[in-house]
Amino acid sequence: MHQTVRENGPLACFEVRGLRRVYGKGPAAVEALRGVDIEIPERELVVILGASGSGKSTFLNIVGGLDQATEGKVLFRGVDLSAASSSELTEYRRRHVGFVFQFYNLMPSLTAWENVALITEIADAPLTPQDALALVGLSDRMDHFPAQLSGGEQQRVAIARAVAKQPTVMLCDEPTGALDSATGVKVLEALLEVNRSIGATTLIITHNAGVAEIADRVVVFADGRVRETRVNPAPISPSDVTW
Amino acid sequence: MVARGSFLGAVGMLDRKMLRDFVGMRIQAIAIALVIAGGVSVQLLSSGLVTSLEETRRAYYERNLMADVWAPVVRAPKGEIEDLRQIAGVQALEGRLRFGIRIDLPASQDSVLGEIISIPETHAPSVNRLHVSLGRLPASGRPNEAVILKRFAEAHRIGLGDQISFIVRGREVQVMVTGLVMSPEHVYAIAPGELVPDERRYGVLWMNERALSELAGWEGAFNEAVLRLSREASVPSVLGRLDSELAAYGAAGAYDRKDHVSDAFVTSEVDQLRTLGRVVPPVFLGVGAVLVYVVISRLVMVQRPAIGLLKAYGYSDREVLMHFLKLVGLIGALGLLAGVLLGIWFGREMAQLYIRYYDFPFLLFRAAAMDYLVVGAVSALSVLGAGLLAVRASVALNPADAMTPPPPPDYSKAAGMAVTRARWIDQQTRMILRQIIRWPGRALVTVGGIAASLALLVSVLVMMDGMERMIASYFGEANRYDAVATFTEARGPTALHDMRRTPGVMAAEPFRIVTAILRSGPATERVALIATAPGSQLSRLIDASGRDVQPPPAGLILSEDLAQKLNTGPGKTIELEMTEGRRPHVSVEVVALARTYLGSAALMDIGQLNRLMGEGSVISGAYLLTDAAGEDRLRTELVEAPGIATVSFLAPSEDRLRALMDENIGVSLTVFALFAAMIALGVVYNSVRISFTERQRELASLRVLGFSKVAVSYILLGEVALLMLVALPLGLGAGCLLSMYFAEAMGSELFRLPLAFEPATMAAASLIVIGVVILSGLIVRQRIDTIDLVEALKSA
Repeated sequence: MHQTVRENGPLACFEVRGLRRVYGKGPAAVEALRGVDIEIPERELVVILGASGSGKSTFLNIVGGLDQATEGKVLFRGVDLSAASSSELTEYRRRHVGFVFQFYNLMPSLTAWENVALITEIADAPLTPQDALALVGLSDRMDHFPAQLSGGEQQRVAIARAVAKQPTVMLCDEPTGALDSATGVKVLEALLEVNRSIGATTLIITHNAGVAEIADRVVVFADGRVRETRVNPAPISPSDVTW
Repeated sequence: MVARGSFLGAVGMLDRKMLRDFVGMRIQAIAIALVIAGGVSVQLLSSGLVTSLEETRRAYYERNLMADVWAPVVRAPKGEIEDLRQIAGVQALEGRLRFGIRIDLPASQDSVLGEIISIPETHAPSVNRLHVSLGRLPASGRPNEAVILKRFAEAHRIGLGDQISFIVRGREVQVMVTGLVMSPEHVYAIAPGELVPDERRYGVLWMNERALSELAGWEGAFNEAVLRLSREASVPSVLGRLDSELAAYGAAGAYDRKDHVSDAFVTSEVDQLRTLGRVVPPVFLGVGAVLVYVVISRLVMVQRPAIGLLKAYGYSDREVLMHFLKLVGLIGALGLLAGVLLGIWFGREMAQLYIRYYDFPFLLFRAAAMDYLVVGAVSALSVLGAGLLAVRASVALNPADAMTPPPPPDYSKAAGMAVTRARWIDQQTRMILRQIIRWPGRALVTVGGIAASLALLVSVLVMMDGMERMIASYFGEANRYDAVATFTEARGPTALHDMRRTPGVMAAEPFRIVTAILRSGPATERVALIATAPGSQLSRLIDASGRDVQPPPAGLILSEDLAQKLNTGPGKTIELEMTEGRRPHVSVEVVALARTYLGSAALMDIGQLNRLMGEGSVISGAYLLTDAAGEDRLRTELVEAPGIATVSFLAPSEDRLRALMDENIGVSLTVFALFAAMIALGVVYNSVRISFTERQRELASLRVLGFSKVAVSYILLGEVALLMLVALPLGLGAGCLLSMYFAEAMGSELFRLPLAFEPATMAAASLIVIGVVILSGLIVRQRIDTIDLVEALKSA
């Protein structure tokens, strides 16, 4: 990866410049991102809002090292992700990124404890699976298989899995999208807890504008661009969110 | 594109979907079709060749009035023939002359041994009619005309009108060749004492009876009766009557087709093909059916929502069922077509090979309509049956259930999960173990397929090793002489001294050979009883533990197969009836058993046999150790020496036998080995491919979570590697059992396959299978590289 050092101020966690992503070619080409510029400071909890097709998931995928930009730069702590090779991106995901997906993506053949251990076995300085599961309030469900857990519980296992490696960033794509409101609150509380306790920069994509109230910063996507960035002076607790 | 469009335009929407599904799964479909093709082609090949060989043999024998029984005598008056024709069950009988001869070849200075047989002059023979390929039979009243075995003529470039000289009963004769012929008695034209036909070293001539009898000084006599029997005749009683009628004329014992060397070889070949057809195709079709079941089950599972939708829109269960069965049918039809074409091609090649050893006027590979019907029905039944089983349950679902995705697999219920709880196992390995335990049926299919493939491969390689050991045992351990010479009649001790003094002969050991009948209870066997001197080294019998068995001063040694047929063993007494000379009958004790792989053996001490025969100290021939440098000269010298009936050198025999094994059996075994590898490829590729499709999302998630391609491949391929480790010992074990069956079933009167389980062979077979598994794994492995990480996260 190419090192780029910022000339002034502390390093942002992510610094994104002129990011474009085009899928397909010729007349069938679709421009998912049309030039995104944004800085995301360390340790913040950022909520990303936007309609379907606004480009927010594409943005998260590129920032998470799952996809590559057509044009522009994505600097992670000054390191250019857009120039990284496939194996460098794998290494980046392994060392720095904790993912939480809408559909949990747990391994059905592993118990809650084992799903977390799957990650701690390859991480540099992980929490123990017990601690990670305790953090999301699942100490008593460690030996259950995904099929034996509710959706909210499964998502909390997924959060524990993401957090166990003590990631630099947590990327959450619609983490409450498949959940009812009560369960959704528990999941948000878990995410907030993780953000506060290990200080991971947390990006949460959601359709739900109410969720934005818990964020330090809110970014609104529309038509492949950042339409608005606002800092939330007084984030509220997840239990106060209106769904 | 236009053609495709118009073709698609002509078929219904469901059929379009079926065709597109087929294109989408083409590699899997081809892998299954290949396995089916393997079964179909072997089935068609074996049944078609059996049909072709039997039909050809039947037609040839029928058209040329092949004898059912041969009754050789020393010399009988022709007046006896009418009496013999009166024996109940005899349909036709000819008395003829048959002598050993030495042929001096016109082109080379070489001489070879052979035989001459008389043909009736005044009428077409009613038994053993010749097939004239070129020219004509000797004309009546032309004593200097003869016809000659076509193969021998071709090998020595002898043509019509050529003169040939030969020596019969001490007289040199010159004849003109008027025809090249084939003979139903000489389909497998093999010289006495040889193992494989050699058209260069063994010639057969036919002359008119009067001319031959005058040459030989045998007017009014015959030395062999050949008979055809009526359908209802009792063979044993005809043989018995012949022996008693001809006893006064030195009958050596009448025998029927099963003891006729040429026919016995054809029968042995047919039996081997039958065995092959019985064992191999069911394995292929069974594996093919299981693959269809597994792959189609998976396809149906993936298409559950589509099935629900079709049914919601009003398609009936039957229509949906037919839709999938058409897909299965297409795969089956592809396999069947490929198998039939492969079978016909392979059958034609094999027929070409056969015709080089079996001298039929024609041999066309032509499977009977029934053969096609059977392979078609069996493959359709197995494939469609498996398809129906796979589709039935899903088609019966109500549309709403079908459209809801199936619940996530619950791993907590599977029995045996406890063993996977061990903390020291890493999570990836845990996933592999649980996958296997959760779906034992699938694991079983993979293990079964790999094991079946390995078993076939092992059995094939063990057979090859067995042949190698058979050849090594016969030529290396048992028969260590370079050449064997037999006299036209038994001779005194000076003959051996003469032999030893012949230039080029380094050592000579005598033997006596007498035809005899062994009886033990109701069982009887015709044998050539061999007697050697104590301490003989050049030709020995070996027992089961590999030690050589010397002829005992009194008693008899039998080969294990003979002992088994006679239901006797060491310490038991059997009846021995000589069918030569004074024809003594005695009881002798079986003192030991020997193991022979080629032919059978009955051995006794030469002194004992000579005392029994009461003909003084005589020998029938000698085993010779020769000086390699002078071999050609020695051959000529022996062939030209008076009183020598046959000369056979062992090295060319071994070469010919190896060539036969390599060409005939080796080629087919190689093809079966390839087919076996095809099973492994079909099973492993499909199993890994299905596993990949099902777990694509899991594998993509792991990639997203930071696992490398290698780590993710481990989860996918580790499973098949582990199953392979389980399958290897099972396959080796099953292969050994299958080898035992093959050895038992392929053995005949002529040879028995020793079982040779060589560690190197086991390793080679295992390595081939491991290689195929790795290859299949690598084909699927490529997909992990191109897996769409983002897409996998979108769906539930």
